[in-house]
Amino acid sequence: MKKGLKKYSLFSLVRNALSYHQHWQEAWRSPEPKKAYDIVIIGAGGHGLATAYYLAKEHGITNVVVLEKGWLGGGNTGRNTTIIRSNYLWDESAHLYEHSLKLFEGLSQELNFNIMFSQRGVINLSHNLHDLRELSRRVNANRLNGIDSEILTTEQVKALVPIINTSPRSRYPVLGASLQRRGGVARHDAVAWGFARGADARGVDIIQNCEVTGIRRNGAKVEGVETSRGFIKANKVGVVTAGHSSVLAAMAGLRLPIQSYPLQALVSEPIKPVLHTVVMSSTVHVYVSQSDRGELVIGAGMDAFQSYAQRGSFAVIEHQTGALLELFPIFSRLRMMRQWGGIVDVSPDASPIVSKTPIKGLYLNCGWGTGGFKATPGSGWVFAYTIARDQPHRLNEPFNLERFTTGRLIDEHGAAAVAH
Amino acid sequence: MLLIKCPWCGERDAHEFSYGGEAHITRPENPDKLSDEQWADYLFMQKNAMGPFLERWVHAHGCRRWFNVRRDTVTHEITAVYKMGDRPPERTA
Amino acid sequence: MSQQRNRLATGGRIDRTRPLSFSFNGKHFEGYAGDTLASALIANGVRLVGRSFKYHRPRGLLTAGSEEPNALVQLGTDAASEPNQRATQVELFDGLEAVSQNCWPSVGLDVGAVNNTLSRILPAGFYYKTFMWPKSFWKYYEHVIRKAAGMGRAPESPDPDCYDKMHDHCDVLVVGAGPAGLAAALAAGRAGARVLLADEQSALGGGLLGRRAEIDAAPAAEWIAKSISALQAMPEVQLLCRSTVAGYYDHNYLTIAQRLREGSDPGRRCDKPRQRLWKVRAKQVVLATGAHERPMIFRHNDLPGIMLASAAQCYINRYAAKPGDIAVIFTNNDSAYEAALDLAEAGVTVVAVVDVRTAAESPAQAAVRSRGIEVLYRHAVVAASGRRRVSAAKVMALDDSGESVSGAARTIRCDFLCMSGGWSPAVHLFSQSRGKPSYDASKACFVPGQSVQAERSAGAARGSFALAECLTEGHEAGVAAAAAAGFQRPGRPAKPPVAAKVDEAPLQPFWLVPAAPPGAPLNKHFVDVQNDVTAADIALAAREGYRSVEHLKRYTTTGMGTDQGKTSNINALAILGQTLGADISAVGTTTFRPPYTPLTFGTIVGRDIGALADPVRMTPIHSWHVANGASFEDVGQWKRPWYYPRPGESIQDAVNRECLATRQAIAILDASTLGKIDIQGPDTAEFLNRVYTNGWKKLEIGRCRYGVMCGEDGMVFDDGVTTRLGEHHYWMTTTSGNAARVLAWLEEWLQTEWPELKVYCNSMTEHWATVGIAGPFARQLLSELTDDIELDPKAFPFMTYRAGTVAGIAARVFRISFTGESSFEINVPARYDLALWNTLMTAGEQYGITPIGTESMHVLRAEKGFFIAGQDTDGTVTPLDLGMDWIVSKQKDFLGKRSLARPDMLREDRKQLVGLLPVDPQEVLPEGGQIVTDMDQKPPMNMIGHVTSSYYSVNLKRSIALALVRGGHKRHGETVYVPLENKVIAANVSEPRFYDPEGKRMHA
Repeated sequence: MKKGLKKYSLFSLVRNALSYHQHWQEAWRSPEPKKAYDIVIIGAGGHGLATAYYLAKEHGITNVVVLEKGWLGGGNTGRNTTIIRSNYLWDESAHLYEHSLKLFEGLSQELNFNIMFSQRGVINLSHNLHDLRELSRRVNANRLNGIDSEILTTEQVKALVPIINTSPRSRYPVLGASLQRRGGVARHDAVAWGFARGADARGVDIIQNCEVTGIRRNGAKVEGVETSRGFIKANKVGVVTAGHSSVLAAMAGLRLPIQSYPLQALVSEPIKPVLHTVVMSSTVHVYVSQSDRGELVIGAGMDAFQSYAQRGSFAVIEHQTGALLELFPIFSRLRMMRQWGGIVDVSPDASPIVSKTPIKGLYLNCGWGTGGFKATPGSGWVFAYTIARDQPHRLNEPFNLERFTTGRLIDEHGAAAVAH
Repeated sequence: MLLIKCPWCGERDAHEFSYGGEAHITRPENPDKLSDEQWADYLFMQKNAMGPFLERWVHAHGCRRWFNVRRDTVTHEITAVYKMGDRPPERTA
Repeated sequence: MSQQRNRLATGGRIDRTRPLSFSFNGKHFEGYAGDTLASALIANGVRLVGRSFKYHRPRGLLTAGSEEPNALVQLGTDAASEPNQRATQVELFDGLEAVSQNCWPSVGLDVGAVNNTLSRILPAGFYYKTFMWPKSFWKYYEHVIRKAAGMGRAPESPDPDCYDKMHDHCDVLVVGAGPAGLAAALAAGRAGARVLLADEQSALGGGLLGRRAEIDAAPAAEWIAKSISALQAMPEVQLLCRSTVAGYYDHNYLTIAQRLREGSDPGRRCDKPRQRLWKVRAKQVVLATGAHERPMIFRHNDLPGIMLASAAQCYINRYAAKPGDIAVIFTNNDSAYEAALDLAEAGVTVVAVVDVRTAAESPAQAAVRSRGIEVLYRHAVVAASGRRRVSAAKVMALDDSGESVSGAARTIRCDFLCMSGGWSPAVHLFSQSRGKPSYDASKACFVPGQSVQAERSAGAARGSFALAECLTEGHEAGVAAAAAAGFQRPGRPAKPPVAAKVDEAPLQPFWLVPAAPPGAPLNKHFVDVQNDVTAADIALAAREGYRSVEHLKRYTTTGMGTDQGKTSNINALAILGQTLGADISAVGTTTFRPPYTPLTFGTIVGRDIGALADPVRMTPIHSWHVANGASFEDVGQWKRPWYYPRPGESIQDAVNRECLATRQAIAILDASTLGKIDIQGPDTAEFLNRVYTNGWKKLEIGRCRYGVMCGEDGMVFDDGVTTRLGEHHYWMTTTSGNAARVLAWLEEWLQTEWPELKVYCNSMTEHWATVGIAGPFARQLLSELTDDIELDPKAFPFMTYRAGTVAGIAARVFRISFTGESSFEINVPARYDLALWNTLMTAGEQYGITPIGTESMHVLRAEKGFFIAGQDTDGTVTPLDLGMDWIVSKQKDFLGKRSLARPDMLREDRKQLVGLLPVDPQEVLPEGGQIVTDMDQKPPMNMIGHVTSSYYSVNLKRSIALALVRGGHKRHGETVYVPLENKVIAANVSEPRFYDPEGKRMHA
């Protein structure tokens, strides 16, 4: 940790309490942007901030600016249902997400910011024979990849989650499940804030309310970005803007294999804890956990049509709440407190693109779709590597842009694993 | 819930329709003649426009006819509905 | 039973002839019909209602409406219990039981209140700064933190009630039935528009119900009654009370949650739903949603007995319930003076009105003063004192700037304190409609900006707080909305209802009472009382850089409670603005999200639960399968017989028996779920040629052909047999799960890309039923039931079709086979299906006819090496990967062909379909098992594929499997390993054909 940054601790809390907390320092500065940087990162979401943090920490590059159109962490970082797991089917995905999960496991200490990573276990339910086959395929693959994963019987699911409806007469009977015990949830805002504080302490400038309006290039080479606060020169520009990736790429003259859709989510009123495990059913699109405040945090599906509207819509949650109550009948009298949407960037194979581009100095990190939060540290880590060295790390090498031309997709869709 | 005006059936709730993504992506005449890049461009690359967007819908739970729509992807305002094969109507201010 | 000691002898809209008994925290009380739980508690002198979320501070009632942050109770018991109910919205009913939440052992003595003692080290965001050491300990810390989480409790068993939905269309939806809303509904209704008026309260009238006002020179109550009867007389007008407009979505689509009854009806009587969700498409919307009064922010402003002035006024006027005997009123505007007069009128001793403004000549102020009530101008309540309830207000003079207090503090005894910090229009629905609220500095509030959807706000909802304005604006909005929807009142325009214009002295924005003495901490100046967010927390957030409103909200949790900050958000924004030295308009607001107030999940779902959660599709002979003990498998929405166990049989026993019968006698299979598409038109052959990978131009009439469809990405999407029935008439079959998708796929290409093709597709899946009979005696059986189809293999060869009569039913018979046996798929109109089945079963008895389920069918086809789309393929498999080069035309183009020429498709190490024969023939590989070649590796191991299908084959007397294996076509003969949790299974790679590889039997 850089000198000058005051560490958070129980001791510092008590000490500051004596002065009624008048002396806490800023978690990050609000500097004026410089005219030029070594690297511009567009997008101060979790992935962008993590990229900046690891550029500084792992590669010693600190002349970096992160530009954010709104407030840091205000996109999908602050809108997702915070599920973290690494039990992906394909090797390429499993290795990348597992790297991310391992980084999460030490992140609170590393950032000196409690991101409240709670490894309470993630359960994926199976409701039919097809699900069971896919489940077995995935669990076996995980195991051989060295990722903790186990198969649960219906009875074991019931023991872990007593409130779940395991009646065989249920419209969506629970025939079995997989469990990743190391999976869980974290406080999403804290991940953004922790990375922001860590990057800032290492000298990275984070500029909020600064919209990128153009990407300037000289032939096939990037020169910098036009922003609402003037031109910023840089030879390397990383675009990490999730649902808005196509808009940014268009500024550089690129079209992407990305479609933007709103993903719906909601929370209930807080209730005393009744659900201690994350429960997912990709068959009926229910993703639910209970936060440490007591709210049920519920992920639903995507809207049926492309959109950049970060709004809650009703049709999706109407349908999926039915499945939720079928699985958790005691939730019927509880109430939805708030619903919203986040814009997710969906790629044809439901896998991310962390890649160089045909334009020298322009790097792309997008396509995380519905499952980007769990990848936050891993994504930043490999993207920092890719930008710093102008070549991908072996973990993100398969996630290149060329795969859409060669056909070497990493099809997490095909494997019926919706990537929440 | 969007309200979409099917050119044949009139205004109906969006749940009667299915979405078909970006409009006016024409299948190449001779795919065999294309480079891998050109084929990938047809297969995967998208405008994914923020703002006015030309897209396809089908009245799946109605007349089952496909048609084109111009819809703003931020406000969801629909400013044109036109038949398959037609060009988008001129935009009016 | 306690006396209602704070109930006024007269007045109010309660029915004193209908006493109701209820219990709160186990103690019995009495109230009246017309009460809410809140008003009944006030009438009974109950002050302490709940405990706050974080510090467990004692809390009472702050408001009288749906914006209540404090008074949350657990209502009802057992399965009918509901957490977090706002006492202010719960209508009293006989036998109501409620208890306080978030306290133990009781609301009076709450152990959690220790947090209050520790509050100094628990400021906003403290948890981000600690609980990090040692590294592995978060789960223990969290365990403790979680014990404190939440407020009320979930019921412990399923909901006994049922819910309902209603779709509605209207010309004008009026939200809110206060003066503006009623005036709007009257005006729109008189213009002839179809009007829906929805209001969240139990009675129409909105804020008027809690005030003494005059409209059209008569008491407001009379005007309300007259308006209601006028509206009820209009046939196109619908009035909904107890109906909260919860969400405002795109294209003027709104949801309304209607409460049909309180309590529970344990019989789950669906003729008496508990709540109903209205889904309304409105041509025009009038938002007459009123405004929320804001609290004043001073030290200990959260004590029970401190409430909004309008709430006290409402309890007195509407419920004849007195919040106390001695009141202090603290305000920055004139509306609280009206409250002061009403309190005094009801016999409350109003000891002082503390006003932060300088004296002004307004009628309300004059009236208060002339009643002998002391008004302390340029003063502020700097602190309240009392344990568990307010007992005194400490008042000091403000200096000229208003930013500090000075002089001697005066302590004024009171037993309740009313406050008014001004009013915030309820712009929630406007904001949900995508409108941007704008800040009106003169009124110190956010008002609706420009409309984005077809809506208009009226009255207090747009910052016009005076009654006279509410009435005229409501009227005008109603006229305008009706006109916009196409309705004009003929003749002279109607006159709006009239109320006297009252001059008011302007409000003075006053967001935060200065610390007394100056510099003292603001850590008990509560802003968000539900989440215990104080002015000090907001300053801390700003100091630490959490300056965006969203950061502020998320860091401090202000506005994130069940009230979503209705009374606190604007104060929080203003205090943030003050801290940053920025204007509140520059600070902006957070986004208002649906729903307006929390929406019951059961209501969202309505009747679409249980069996109705998702359609269940059954074939015409489902009843036979049930009667004959079939075990079912879900395939999409279909219920398919999985196997037919006889008593004592395991699944393997039953499958063995069924498989043996197929190869030795006759199997009968219900294949009706297969997708069936009737395709007609002169260009059908050309069309099939484009969508299937093989050639279709030369198929003769009466012949069948197997085809594989790919997506444009070259991946197998579906397969099936298509038959040419006539010159321009084809019959396509698809897999059960893909029937709808394939039809949509065909139609999409026909309509969007190839409109020149004259081809017409129709789904026949449910019109025609299919029964398959297979096995050595199938022909013999069929011959007994038909006399117009020649069954000789030469006359009716494999892969052909004949029309004729089977069992007296006009039928289409196809000689196709998925089991590898000689078989006939008999298609009849669905209504004859059961008759056909029964006839076949009876006639087939002598041959040992045996019904088989999907499991046996899967075993039998695996013996033949036939793949199943979706099981042996997963969207990453090409026909070439399946070893089906023979079906991929080189001559013509087809959907997906170009993709098969991409570099990755040509790789030799692609995953390819192979057979696996376990070395131990009794060992069955698990489906989904991963395959490796080298067992001497540690994870991550190099996986070369996985088992897609695996069975014990009784016919082969050994286990068999299909697998996708990297470079599998060249691995035949290799030994591979499937490592499992506790063992490893070795298997030899083979051709994926295990039984009758030449296909003699199916051709026979």
